[in-house]
Amino acid sequence: MRSTGAERQAWALLVPLLAIMAVVTSYPLVNTVRLSLTDARLTGRQAAVNWIGLENFGFVFTDPDFGAAFIRTLHFTFVSVGAEILIGVLVALLLNREFAGRAIVRALLVLPLALPTIVNAIMWRLIYNPEFGSWNALLLKLGLIDAYRSWLGETGTAMNMVILADVWKNYPLVTLIVLAALQTIPRELYEAAAIDGAGAWVRFWKVTFPHILGPLTVALILRMIDAFKVFDIMYVMTRGGPADATKTVSFFVYQESFAYLRAGSGASYALVVALASGVMIAIYITMLRRQGRTA
Amino acid sequence: MRKRALLPQLLTYLAVLILVVVTLAPLVWLFIMSISSTPDLTALPLHWLPDHTDLSRYARLLTIEAHSAGEEFVYALRNSLLAALSATAIALLAGIPAAYSFSRFQGRMSLLYTVLGTYMMPPVAFILPLYFVFAWFGLLNSVAALTIVYCTILLPFVTWLLKANFDAVPLEIEEAARIDGVRLFGLLRHITLPIAKAGVGTATLFAVLLAWDEFFYALLYTSDIRSKTLPVAIADFAAGRATDYGLISAAGVLAALPPVVIAFYLQKSLIAGLATGGVKG
Repeated sequence: MRSTGAERQAWALLVPLLAIMAVVTSYPLVNTVRLSLTDARLTGRQAAVNWIGLENFGFVFTDPDFGAAFIRTLHFTFVSVGAEILIGVLVALLLNREFAGRAIVRALLVLPLALPTIVNAIMWRLIYNPEFGSWNALLLKLGLIDAYRSWLGETGTAMNMVILADVWKNYPLVTLIVLAALQTIPRELYEAAAIDGAGAWVRFWKVTFPHILGPLTVALILRMIDAFKVFDIMYVMTRGGPADATKTVSFFVYQESFAYLRAGSGASYALVVALASGVMIAIYITMLRRQGRTA
Repeated sequence: MRKRALLPQLLTYLAVLILVVVTLAPLVWLFIMSISSTPDLTALPLHWLPDHTDLSRYARLLTIEAHSAGEEFVYALRNSLLAALSATAIALLAGIPAAYSFSRFQGRMSLLYTVLGTYMMPPVAFILPLYFVFAWFGLLNSVAALTIVYCTILLPFVTWLLKANFDAVPLEIEEAARIDGVRLFGLLRHITLPIAKAGVGTATLFAVLLAWDEFFYALLYTSDIRSKTLPVAIADFAAGRATDYGLISAAGVLAALPPVVIAFYLQKSLIAGLATGGVKG
C-alpha cells in the first residue's frame, strides 16, 4: 500500500472530527486552566482580570466545604455503584434462569434506563413527598413508620434516598452487561463442576464469577465515572440540600461559578474534579485497550 | 433435561414477581398521578386509585396559550427536538468519516481513545469557557449553542460506536471495489455505509437519546422558552410555587415516551451502546 497516500487519506477523513473537538473540547479545557489562574468573574463587562497564579488552588485544597462535598460525592459514588453492582449481578443471575415470560421481564428492565434522568428525579421526588407521597403511605401501611417523614428534608436520610432513586434507574445497566456475559458460559462447565460435587455457592465462585469479572469491572468503572459527576438528580430532588447534605462536587462548581459568579475560582475547583475523573477514565481506557488486544 | 425441584422453581417465580413489581410500581404511580384529580392527589390517607380521573393536564400541556404551562412545554419539546436532531446530524457528518478512518487505517488508536476519554470528562471542565464564548457571540439562550455543545457528547460517542460497526464490514468487499477503481469516498458511500446501515441507524437513535436526556448544559445556557429544553422545563415545573403534582407527572410521562419507545426498539443493541457509557448521571 502507498503508505504516505494512505496516511494522508486517514488524516483527511479525521479533519471534521478534529476541527469540532478542537473548538468544543480542547479550547474550553485549555481555557479552564487559564481561567483557574485568574480572579475572573462571570459577569459580562468586568473590571480587569488579574493573574493570581496558583492562589485559587490554595483555597481549593484548604476549603473545608469543598472537602465535605468531595466526601459526599464519594459516598454517593461508592454506595450507589456498590448497590448497583450487587443488585445488578443478582438480577442477572435470576434472569439467566429459565422461567416463563423471561423475555418480557428482560425487556421491562430497559424502562428505567430509558427514562430521562430528570423525569426519574421528579418521579421519586413526588413519591418521597412529605405530605402526600406514596412512599410515606406505603411504609405507614406496612407499619414501618408511625408518622409521615420528610425523607428528602432530613440531613440524615436525604443522600441515601437520592441514592435509592439513582440505583433503581441504573442497576439494569449492570444486569444487561452481566447477563450478556453469563450467556457465553458453556453449560458443560457447570455440568463438570456438578459432577465434581460442587454446590451452587462453589459453582458461582469457580465457574460464573471468573467469566463475568471482566465485563463487571468495565460496568463498575463506567458507573463510577458517571456517578462521580452526578448533578441532575440532586438539582431536581434536593438542590444540594438540606443544609448541603447532598451537595456534590459538580454542584459545588456550579454554585461557585454560576451562583457566586466566581469564574476563576470555579475553574480551579472544576479542574480538581476533572483530574479525579481523569484518573478513573485513564483506568477505564487502559482496560479497554487491554481487552481490545486480547479479543 | 432433568426435572427441576419444585421449591427452587417457586422461589424463582417469587423473585421475578418482586422484580417486576419494584420495576413497574414507580412508573405506574407516575402515570396514576398524571391522571388523578387534584383532590385525589392530596387526600389522606392516600388514594392509590383515583376516585376521579382527570386527563386535562395532557390537554393543557399540548395547547399553546400565552404564558401557560402548555406554551412552555410545547416550545421545550420543539427546542429538545431541534437540538437533538441537529447535533445528531453534525455528529454523523463528522463521525462517519472519522470512524471509517479509525477502522480502515492502521495507527492513531491513542487519538481514538483520547476522543473517547473527552466524552467521559465531567461537563464542569468545559462549562465556563464555553459560557464566555457563547456570551461573546450572543449565542446564550439559543438552540444553536446547545447544538454546538451537544457535539462534545455525541460526536465521540457516535465515532466510537460506528468504528466497531465498520470493523465488522469485511475488507474483501471493499478490496474488490477498489480494484474496479472506486475511490475512497465512493467506497464509504456505496459499499461500507449501505452494509453498516443498521449500525448507523442504531448510533443515530442513541445519539438522539443522549441529547434528549442532557440537562446540565441546557440549564446553564438557556433562560426562556426560546431555547429551554424539556428536562429544564420539567425541572422548572417542579420548582414552581404553585405545584400541580398531576401536571408535573403528565409532563414527565410525555417526556419519557419518545426515549422509552426508542429504547424498546433498540433493545438488542442496547448493551453495546450503554457499555460505552450512554447513560448520563
